[in-house]
Amino acid sequence: MSLDKEYLEYPLRRYGMDHKRYDWSMLPQRHSVKWGNENRVALWIVPALEWFPLNMQGKPFKPMGAMQTAYPDFRHYTLRDYGNRVGIFRIMEALENHGLKASAAMNASVAVRYPALVKACVDRGWEIVANGLDMDHLHHGGMSEDEERALITTSLDILRKASGQQVRGWLSPAKSESWNTPDLLKEAGVDYLCDWVNDDMPYSMNTSAGQIYSMPHPIDIDDATILVQNHHTENDFRDQLIDQFDVLYKESSADNGRVMAISLHPWVIGQPYRIRALEEALAHIARHRGVWSATGSEILGAWKTGQPA
Amino acid sequence: MKRDPNFYDYLPYDARPKIEWPNGARVAFWVAPNVEFYELNPPRNPSRAAWSRPAPDIQNYSYRDYGNRVGFWRMLDVMKRCGMRGSVSLNVAMCEHHPEVIAACAENHWEFYSHGTYNTRYLMGMDEAQERAVIQDSIDTIRKHTGQKLDGWLAPALTYTDRTMDLVAEMGLTYVCDLFHDDQPGPVKTAKGKLASIPYSLEMNDTIVYNVNQVSPRRYGDIIKRQFDRLYREGEKSGTVMCIPLHPYLIGQPYRLAAFEEALQYITSHDKVWLATGREIAEHFNTHYYDAFAKAAHAVGEAP
Repeated sequence: MSLDKEYLEYPLRRYGMDHKRYDWSMLPQRHSVKWGNENRVALWIVPALEWFPLNMQGKPFKPMGAMQTAYPDFRHYTLRDYGNRVGIFRIMEALENHGLKASAAMNASVAVRYPALVKACVDRGWEIVANGLDMDHLHHGGMSEDEERALITTSLDILRKASGQQVRGWLSPAKSESWNTPDLLKEAGVDYLCDWVNDDMPYSMNTSAGQIYSMPHPIDIDDATILVQNHHTENDFRDQLIDQFDVLYKESSADNGRVMAISLHPWVIGQPYRIRALEEALAHIARHRGVWSATGSEILGAWKTGQPA
Repeated sequence: MKRDPNFYDYLPYDARPKIEWPNGARVAFWVAPNVEFYELNPPRNPSRAAWSRPAPDIQNYSYRDYGNRVGFWRMLDVMKRCGMRGSVSLNVAMCEHHPEVIAACAENHWEFYSHGTYNTRYLMGMDEAQERAVIQDSIDTIRKHTGQKLDGWLAPALTYTDRTMDLVAEMGLTYVCDLFHDDQPGPVKTAKGKLASIPYSLEMNDTIVYNVNQVSPRRYGDIIKRQFDRLYREGEKSGTVMCIPLHPYLIGQPYRLAAFEEALQYITSHDKVWLATGREIAEHFNTHYYDAFAKAAHAVGEAP
């Protein structure tokens, strides 16, 4: 038995990355970032507003939150929808208690189905970040470029019209991309994407249409990961948010800021027995001086201002 | 296929030659950061896909890339604050891709041992010449970029052939981290050479703890302290080994850092702990105890 010759060949074994999407860069060696007003930590809260169709195909894989049982899976369909009807309003209240704002990552189908929810977000000064069409339209390597371009255009058109916002940010459903996604997003006027989890700070990415920026949207500091996937308790969730904040706060200064991003799913954290965990973590964070509650566009704008030309 | 890998004879924990570590230490403690490079789109091994999602699996790729861009540097600071050297389990292509990471390890007098070329190139399915080429690549690359002789081996992504142990021993390595049968070092039976198994531990490994068992960071700190307390107590009778294998992409996440630092501080603040590297433990064992352990062990019976 032996392996093909190419298995021991390494054509991309060279300095830097094994692709050209972004450059190799180490956090401690970056140019410093000033948020302004003596702020140290930019707090970026990103609730996802999702629609999981009852007849989901789950191609090429099932995203977190997908239907589980044989058709019709009413229990999972309605539990996900709970987030959009009830849970999100508990998140809104928790944020308002501390004067915090959010950036809602919204499936375009949610905007079509629930215009009142779009209004509730926009009225609160939240930014709308595009989260694709719905949770059953994943972007993936098996898609043609035209097919994906149409999906992106449709999603952005709907969300831009519904929100009246420019919609500069994009989160791919389940953070799944094709080889072309960043190119097509930039082409469609998107300034930042939230799919890559390799950094704590924004950074510049190369596309065929110019620079796009990657924002540090987490899979770890995420209610679905900690509470649903890892089965941790509500108090554990709270403690992990606090521990995350404390380390970032300690690392930061008014001359060199950090981003703390929190990914939320209203069908998870919006449950009555869980919401207090978020409230307690936010109370801890809000108690510190130099915390700047900002949208993705605001954080990116401030970050870009300080970058060398 | 074999029923028993036949790497070691049976040596009961309560009837062994006594191990004495330098300066009367009870526990030889080492930390093994896995400094890894995962390729975005590697050639496929017939036995295992590199990524769980269809290509490009940017989520899993970028999660690991976090280790080199961000997590490593935080982990390095914690290690320095605790006065702990690392024994780097190295995908040797890191020397070409990210030499800054290698330089930072070398500057702090860390050991480098091999974890294969990339964490996305697996050994299973290789013929002998191919496997030798991978091991030789590790020997040469580590020598060229760090000046160190390669002594240790942890197979890339824990993938093997039946020949792996024989080949690394024959090619001059002195220890492996791939076997989990003991809390003390032991001889590994190979065709040539003198190879020790140094306890590495999957139980303490942050990948198993976080990605498989999905525990919380504070619980991981507790696990580490409980493990240490027991091995420290038993080490009074005969020296034990404790290893914490780490992955910068996991331990270097801000929310996991403080609990880990507290646990590491707890261990390093004890008196009778030898803060060692894998090579140092292997050297001490191979010089003083290898033969005695081999001699004391009982031949294993042939199961029906």
